[in-house]
Amino acid sequence: MTDHPITEDDLHGYVDGVLDGARGAEVAAYLQDHPDVAARTVSYAKQRETLRASLAPIAEEPIPLRLNIGRIIEARRGPRISKWVASLAAALLILIGGAAGWSLRSAVQPASEGVLALAQEAGDSYSVYAPDRVRPVEIRASEAKELVNWASQRLQRSITVPDLASSGYRFMGGRLLSTPHGPAVMFMYDDDRGTRLVVLTRAMTVDQNMPMVPHARGAVNGFAWADNGVGYSLVGPAAPDVLHSIADTVRDQVKRGI
Amino acid sequence: MNDMLRLIEPLIPSLRRYARALAKDRAVADDLVQDCLERAVSRWHQRRLDGDARTWIFTILHNLAISRFRQTAFRGNHLPLDDADDSALGQPASQEDQLTYSEVLDKVSQLPEEQRGVLLLVAVEDLSYAEAARVLDIPIGTVMSRLSRARERLLTLMEGGGERVVPLNPQLRRVK
Repeated sequence: MTDHPITEDDLHGYVDGVLDGARGAEVAAYLQDHPDVAARTVSYAKQRETLRASLAPIAEEPIPLRLNIGRIIEARRGPRISKWVASLAAALLILIGGAAGWSLRSAVQPASEGVLALAQEAGDSYSVYAPDRVRPVEIRASEAKELVNWASQRLQRSITVPDLASSGYRFMGGRLLSTPHGPAVMFMYDDDRGTRLVVLTRAMTVDQNMPMVPHARGAVNGFAWADNGVGYSLVGPAAPDVLHSIADTVRDQVKRGI
Repeated sequence: MNDMLRLIEPLIPSLRRYARALAKDRAVADDLVQDCLERAVSRWHQRRLDGDARTWIFTILHNLAISRFRQTAFRGNHLPLDDADDSALGQPASQEDQLTYSEVLDKVSQLPEEQRGVLLLVAVEDLSYAEAARVLDIPIGTVMSRLSRARERLLTLMEGGGERVVPLNPQLRRVK
């Protein structure tokens, strides 16, 4: 027996089996001499056994799916991956959007240069003058020669008036217009039903030679192109294929005229 | 990640047992364990490397349980019918001299909350007194005194069937 008196803590330590061998033996010897304390300690031990035995089945139960740690780790890792994928996708979209925006800049934004700008100017001219019942043209077809001279002078090149009679369109006349790219001349045509077409032509600094490109604004279609520094755009409410063949006719005549 | 799986997975049965003994209700207990596991997974990197994973995760579970009990203290003890039936059917065959699973849970649930935690951690989950002190964030002396009181009170509850002593309702004690 040591000098250390037995404490309540020792009794619990004894019950819980955490005392070292020597101290355990001392407690055991003490309990031999103190039956009342021994009885209490035995009830603690019995209680401990009861608790452990009756609660043991809980730990034996199969683990429910939702407590599967592997799944919980995966579920947590999942969002991380998708977050990463999402940010990558976002970055890609920004890149693609940027690239697409850049490549389509002329189509989406108001075209500032080239035949697309010309096409836009032609469209604007059509929407202003074609519906005009009072004075759609400034110089009538009867004064075509005057118009051609004036236009040729202002545009500083020889201008010819396309003849669209083969397509059923008569020349009505034309006018001089201002564009952000300098002066332009507009020729207007109509057919027997009053359907009007517009040809806009001006000098080109950008897209001096450009194959024919279609454009459209609502029901109004158009084709624009450029040859040897002169741009043309044909605009009208005809079907694209009809308008395309008329545009080809204009182009042929212009080429032959030059 | 492998560490996490290797260290946490073997603890899940103990965590469920501790949660069940604290909460009594199976669904509530498993909710607590699920919360605990999710928290452990998300905070794994915050774990002190010199610390013991078992103590750490029992601390998470215990704190979740305590805050859950405080939230539900005013609403009283909710025991869905389904789960009541389930645990009654699922209990092991009772031995003559031994209280049944649900009877023991019932007696344990009558212990004051702070005594219940200490007794279960030490006597059932085999945590050392020092580990229990860390889980409960109390001095080791407090662990010993609570353990002593828990054992005495549970003896009274088990022997007297709770009739001689009017048990202090832990839920009522919270409302003050």
